Amino acid sequence: MKSAVLVFPGINRERDMARALKLASGTEAKMVWHTDTALPDGTDLVVVPGGFSYGDYLRCGAIAARSPVMDAVRTFAAGGGLVLGVCNGFQILCESGLLPGILMRNARLKFICQDVHLRVERTDTPFTAGYQAGQVIRVPVAHGEGNYTADAETLKRLEGDGRVLYRYCSPTGDVGDLHNINGAAASIAGIVSERGNVLGMMPHPENHVEDIMGNTDGRGLFAGLASHLARAA
Amino acid sequence: MKARVTVTLKNGILDPQGKAIEGALKSLGVDGIASVRQGKVFDIELAAGADQAKAEAALKAAADKLLANTVIENYKVEVQG
Repeated sequence: MKSAVLVFPGINRERDMARALKLASGTEAKMVWHTDTALPDGTDLVVVPGGFSYGDYLRCGAIAARSPVMDAVRTFAAGGGLVLGVCNGFQILCESGLLPGILMRNARLKFICQDVHLRVERTDTPFTAGYQAGQVIRVPVAHGEGNYTADAETLKRLEGDGRVLYRYCSPTGDVGDLHNINGAAASIAGIVSERGNVLGMMPHPENHVEDIMGNTDGRGLFAGLASHLARAA
Repeated sequence: MKARVTVTLKNGILDPQGKAIEGALKSLGVDGIASVRQGKVFDIELAAGADQAKAEAALKAAADKLLANTVIENYKVEVQG
């Protein structure tokens, strides 16, 4: 796995992400600065980490989405390359047009920083292959704008094509308003692009990969990616 | 020459900030408010010698490319002669 982690001014989760990638694959991730116009040779996974790129000015992720490196990411994704965006990374992918919809202000207007439960909706994708069908995982969230929305037609297509990979749920996997922490449409926590090679999600699986954190539920995502890419190589 | 780009949420898009402002105004006793939707205003100074039609086209491009997210927002461009 040759991963490239994008770094924008104001991003603060890039090292957590690099650590999780290294743990899963044994290979160091390369850090890629936002003004770079090309990805490192042989990159097979691009990760857009969380944080507050450009201080969330204008709209979360709006300015980062228009930076030079994103043209290289668009080309990479168009060629089928795997792209993972977490938190601000998800917002950046939506703003850059790589994923449909947008992340709005949380329905109850509060910044939410806590562990949440996610139901893994399918396991036949590189982003979920490390989990069991219907598995519930516990991972942290930390965001003020994670309320996913899109027009009715897009939401219908996302559901119809099975592109919702992660949904907010109860510890036992029940999905409903009570467990939908930020008011997202259909409790959506993570979606993939039409081709299935770009995932955006609000929660931070990279923060639950080591025993010292008291929970390693995030490992499955990285393990799934690593074994998928090892097979492909 | 000056211009103003106003960005507003499309109808039907939930606006929790607008709702909170509406609630605050009501609790302040400001009468006669039915509802509030919040948005953004960009005041832009155009380079000297800009021509009106070109300026409008440039500002539309600015709004489409960056100032507004047209998934959820509408915008209005006004060039003030």
